[in-house]
Amino acid sequence: MLGDINPAVLIASLMVASVPIILAAIGELVVEKAGVLNLGVEGMMIMGAICGFVTAVATGNPYLGFLGGAVGAAALSLVFGFLTQFMLSNQVATGLALTLFGQGLSSLIGQGYNGVKPPLTGTVPLGPLADIPVLGRILFDHDWVVYFSVASIAAVWAVLKYTRVGLILRAVGESHDAAHALGYKVIRIRILAIMFGGAMAGIGGAYVSLIRVPQWTDGITAGAGWIALAIVVFASWKPWRVLLGAYLFGGITVLQLNLQAAGAAIPAHYLSMAPYLITILVLVVMSSGKGRASLNAPAALGQNFHASR
Amino acid sequence: MQRRSILKGGAALGFATMMGGKLAFAQGLEKVKAGFVYVGPIGDGGWTFQHDQGRLAMMEALGDKVETVFQENVPEGADAERVLTQMALSGCNIIFTTSFGYMDATNAVAAKFPDIKFEHATGYKRDTPNVSTYNARFYEGRAVMGTIAGLMTKSNKIGYIGSFPIPEVIQGINSSYIHAKKVNPDVTISVVWAYTWFDPAKEADAAKALIEQDVDVILQHTDSTAPLAEAAKTPGVIGFGQASDMAEYKPSPRVSAIIDNWAPYYTERVQALLDGTYAQKDTWAGIGGGEVKIGDITDAVPADVKAKAEAVRDSIASGAYHPFTGPLNKQDGSAWLKEGEVADDGTLAGMMFYVEGVTGDIPS
Repeated sequence: MLGDINPAVLIASLMVASVPIILAAIGELVVEKAGVLNLGVEGMMIMGAICGFVTAVATGNPYLGFLGGAVGAAALSLVFGFLTQFMLSNQVATGLALTLFGQGLSSLIGQGYNGVKPPLTGTVPLGPLADIPVLGRILFDHDWVVYFSVASIAAVWAVLKYTRVGLILRAVGESHDAAHALGYKVIRIRILAIMFGGAMAGIGGAYVSLIRVPQWTDGITAGAGWIALAIVVFASWKPWRVLLGAYLFGGITVLQLNLQAAGAAIPAHYLSMAPYLITILVLVVMSSGKGRASLNAPAALGQNFHASR
Repeated sequence: MQRRSILKGGAALGFATMMGGKLAFAQGLEKVKAGFVYVGPIGDGGWTFQHDQGRLAMMEALGDKVETVFQENVPEGADAERVLTQMALSGCNIIFTTSFGYMDATNAVAAKFPDIKFEHATGYKRDTPNVSTYNARFYEGRAVMGTIAGLMTKSNKIGYIGSFPIPEVIQGINSSYIHAKKVNPDVTISVVWAYTWFDPAKEADAAKALIEQDVDVILQHTDSTAPLAEAAKTPGVIGFGQASDMAEYKPSPRVSAIIDNWAPYYTERVQALLDGTYAQKDTWAGIGGGEVKIGDITDAVPADVKAKAEAVRDSIASGAYHPFTGPLNKQDGSAWLKEGEVADDGTLAGMMFYVEGVTGDIPS
């Protein structure tokens, strides 16, 4: 039944399909590790998609496009940062509002960009490596963002685990009062984390509009931001599990389409359902474990900080 | 005829005045407010874009006699009912609901507002007298696309991106396959269900999955231009504009297009409401009626292929040929249409079976 599907091609395309959610999820992971719950990932992604698209079309340079996407989304995330960190607004409500705002604003900016074709991004020329059978197709025949997404996971993991910066970030997320007492600038650290999350979501969004689809239409990210949010929880705030989760989600999407194209008789509904079922299952299993209190979530997640002392 | 309608109008006017204006509806309106409910964004470059073009053309034609409101991205289901009620309460005289999935919501809301006219695209339920349905014979366009697909494919594999397993889409799959097979007996069709009308990323993935399975001609029944953008990445793969011309992908991968032309219908119906001649009806026009147009066939297609495709188009337009003409069998081999017999509209409108040669099952 699976005989018609070339596994190398399948793995290669699942790696591509997962890139936007990997980038958005790893950004959100850092934000949440700093104790901020930003539900506006979808809004920041779509802002990244349109800002990246506009920049790439205007300059003719896809690399500048990704930069533009990162800057645009980070700017939007600053709105969230200002409201939640300085005005102490509710993070859940503000995050949801940010998504709606991002969708509206992107649609406004995108007027006149329908049907425009952006400059294309090629695969990274790795020469003879790409000609290695099977492995070459899987690993050495991608555009640069695919490698960047994996590298960003490794970088976030290393920073959180081994550096002083990572330790401070985690401290702020676990107990902002304690971090504050030690003299760390809680608000400033959180704002920087929020901007990082925005920039990563923006690059993820730009990947959708510049490489994966590549074009601009309203609502182009189509819920990828929400999947990224789910993956952070699924990954229980661990970077490498984000990669696993994203490949699982992306992989199942690609697999179900490939199975259909190959004429396999598995009902597509079950496969489409699978990632969400797995998320629920993982949540149940992890929250019932005795050793792990409540999923490993940062203790101060979603709580606003006000330096009263 | 004209005199009679004037007389009728006059009579109705007198009667209406007598009844305190309650029946003013029957003799036409001074001004019409028309509502449009869209399933995607008007910038989708396909289905919704085309409906919106129809709305704009209607406004152009009728000038200040008409005012329109529209709502984009309305989900099919309970939300649609809320949007429709909102539009009805805000003073719309006629509401066009432009996707199959609004069928039940349209009929439910129509029952509550008997004075407001509802027009549902691509559906078949007309539960109350104020619900009309309108559709286009997209399968006629598919016959032309299928002919091009059969002649152009080198791998003998053509692919079809389905939205939802509903009759309109099944008609398209069958018509494409029948006409591809007619010109190329070795052709096979792979169907991928995207379960969405509009999701560019998913549509691109579906196209990619098909291309990875060696498909080199892609027909889409979803609304965005993403499948064409995906096809453009692989040399030799072609596709067609769907619902709209999608001319920005000319000359290849977009080698032709099925264009929905709703403007005449919208203008006619609102005009009828202004004139007081409005009546419930079920419209299903095709290439002959101008509701379905075939987009320019580009030079990426050899001249003889183009000529054959145009011959199919013209014979359908003149009524000489029906795309579902026997002998045709159903997928399981049982007889459907005898030699020379053509499918009746009732069977087509409820078509939930593949014709012989299409593989796979229709998901339920």
